[in-house]
Amino acid sequence: MSKTIALFGAALCVIAGAAVAAQVAPPKLGRAATPDEIAKVDISIPPDGKGLPAGSGTVAQGTAVYMQKCEVCHGANGAGTPSGDRLVGGIGTLNSPNPIKTVSSYWPYATTLFDYIRRAMPVTNPQSLSNDEAYAVVAYILSIDNIVPKDVTLDAQSLPKVQMPNKAGFVNWEPRLLKP
Amino acid sequence: MKKLPSLTDQLGEPVAGNGLLHRRFFLQSGAAIAGAAAALGTARAESIGAASPPTMLKPGAMFTGYGVPSHWRDNVQRIVATNVPPGREVTGSTRTPLHMLEGTITPGGLHYVRNHNGTPDIDPSRHQLLIHGMVRQSLIFNLDSLIRYPMETRVHFMECAGNSGGMNAPMPPQGTAGDIHGLLSGSEWTGVKLSTLLDEAGLDSKATWILAEGADGAGMSRSVPVWKGMDDAMIALYQNGEAIRPEQGFPMRLLLPGFEGNTNVKWIRRLKVMDTPMYTRDETSRYTELMPDGKAREFMLQMEPKSVILKPSFGMTMQGPGYYQISGLAWSGLGRVRKVDVSADGGKTWTEAALTAPVQSKALTRFRLPWMWSGQPVTLMSRTTDEKGQVQKTHADWAAQYAPRQNFHFSAIQSWAVAADGKVSNVYV
Repeated sequence: MSKTIALFGAALCVIAGAAVAAQVAPPKLGRAATPDEIAKVDISIPPDGKGLPAGSGTVAQGTAVYMQKCEVCHGANGAGTPSGDRLVGGIGTLNSPNPIKTVSSYWPYATTLFDYIRRAMPVTNPQSLSNDEAYAVVAYILSIDNIVPKDVTLDAQSLPKVQMPNKAGFVNWEPRLLKP
Repeated sequence: MKKLPSLTDQLGEPVAGNGLLHRRFFLQSGAAIAGAAAALGTARAESIGAASPPTMLKPGAMFTGYGVPSHWRDNVQRIVATNVPPGREVTGSTRTPLHMLEGTITPGGLHYVRNHNGTPDIDPSRHQLLIHGMVRQSLIFNLDSLIRYPMETRVHFMECAGNSGGMNAPMPPQGTAGDIHGLLSGSEWTGVKLSTLLDEAGLDSKATWILAEGADGAGMSRSVPVWKGMDDAMIALYQNGEAIRPEQGFPMRLLLPGFEGNTNVKWIRRLKVMDTPMYTRDETSRYTELMPDGKAREFMLQMEPKSVILKPSFGMTMQGPGYYQISGLAWSGLGRVRKVDVSADGGKTWTEAALTAPVQSKALTRFRLPWMWSGQPVTLMSRTTDEKGQVQKTHADWAAQYAPRQNFHFSAIQSWAVAADGKVSNVYV
């Protein structure tokens, strides 16, 4: 009897030992990031515009930048080429037999356009545009389908206020995902 | 000479239309095959060299520092797009030649690659991972610190959300399984659980999303739910036992098992904890798909159950009537594959295939089924069901969910027509 209890006790110790081994705290080797280190890489712009930089751009300025740095791929007036996506047109086609997805017809937020151009365009020289140039190119592209007026100046205050035609066009599927 | 029992004697009658045999054949046949092999005696000549292949008569090649596949298999290559317009050379993809491989692990050099602006060459000694936003303490990790953390090793598939996108074209694309479905690969991944690092930074109780950003020329960025980050997400450092390759995110990538490939951000440099998604370009204008009413699904992040028969498949020619082994892959972003049903008569009758163990969660699973082909035209299909009870949809049911020509998250049943001349083509059923 006592032997059985001893064995049982030993088994419990083994189980307890395994549990303890699994619960050893991982090392804490992360180094505190300084505000400056964070600011240098925190480049994402959400729909509320938080984090948009100083600077501004007009349609006229954007037209010049577009013709010099964007048109070779995205075509005259954003019409697209085999090298670069079509950017404009297609508004009102999304529920038709031939839906056309463009910045004008499909993208829900103007801030996303600024974010993407500033981080990833032009494709051969990403992150080369100044903040003024990025605002200006966004102003030009959005002016083609009159989403913004031709005399607009976009900046940190005005960009988040731009209403994209398909802003309400998305259904968030995340609540329907199978969670653990 | 003793007559061996015929295959039909051994295998019994087909269990579904057009010659599909019971999966138990694999177990029953082992002894018979072993017996036949033992019966083959080899006579020994006086000089054994005369009867030997030349490889046995001389020393072989030198040792090498990093081995490569046999030159006899130089044709097994990733499928690289040709005639790419200028400006798109490094923004596309190469595909895994699924139809030329076996098992469930994709060799590192054949893993599919989807890049949005090329593969960066990152100095691992200078690379940093920042966790910031809604955390108690913003933290920076580097590779030297991460390799000291407890690690996990798990097998998972990776699939691009655009995989099989051509299958929603009006006419079925005539291409190999790799051409059509090759934005899919399987690997063993090793790294640090993301929850460990998030716990160290201290998540705000209101945090719901994490923006993940890569250090490539696209600055790839995606928002992922906090619950996924705290579940089975990993900062992966190793793939198939070696440092993760540059094309897969060297020195580190975010691994989100079962989530669409694009969210598994490569060259991960930043995780910003938030209480809303960032609504980046690649989660609004891309990787979303229109439904018939013109609204689009966004954050459809989990890859649905899917399977494809690889042997036989397009591009292969049957070697005449007789015995074949059907072989393919099944997977689900929701968990384990529970079963794979196979039909050889266009979906009228089905029988369950054998699954190769171990069947792992959110991992490629190999299925096989013995088949006696009569030589008549047949249509082969596979349909998987995962452990959550989700069943792979028919082509028509899948397409009915979406507007015309939507090409993300295609997961419907693949059908291959085998003609009397042995040629295999892609058909919609």
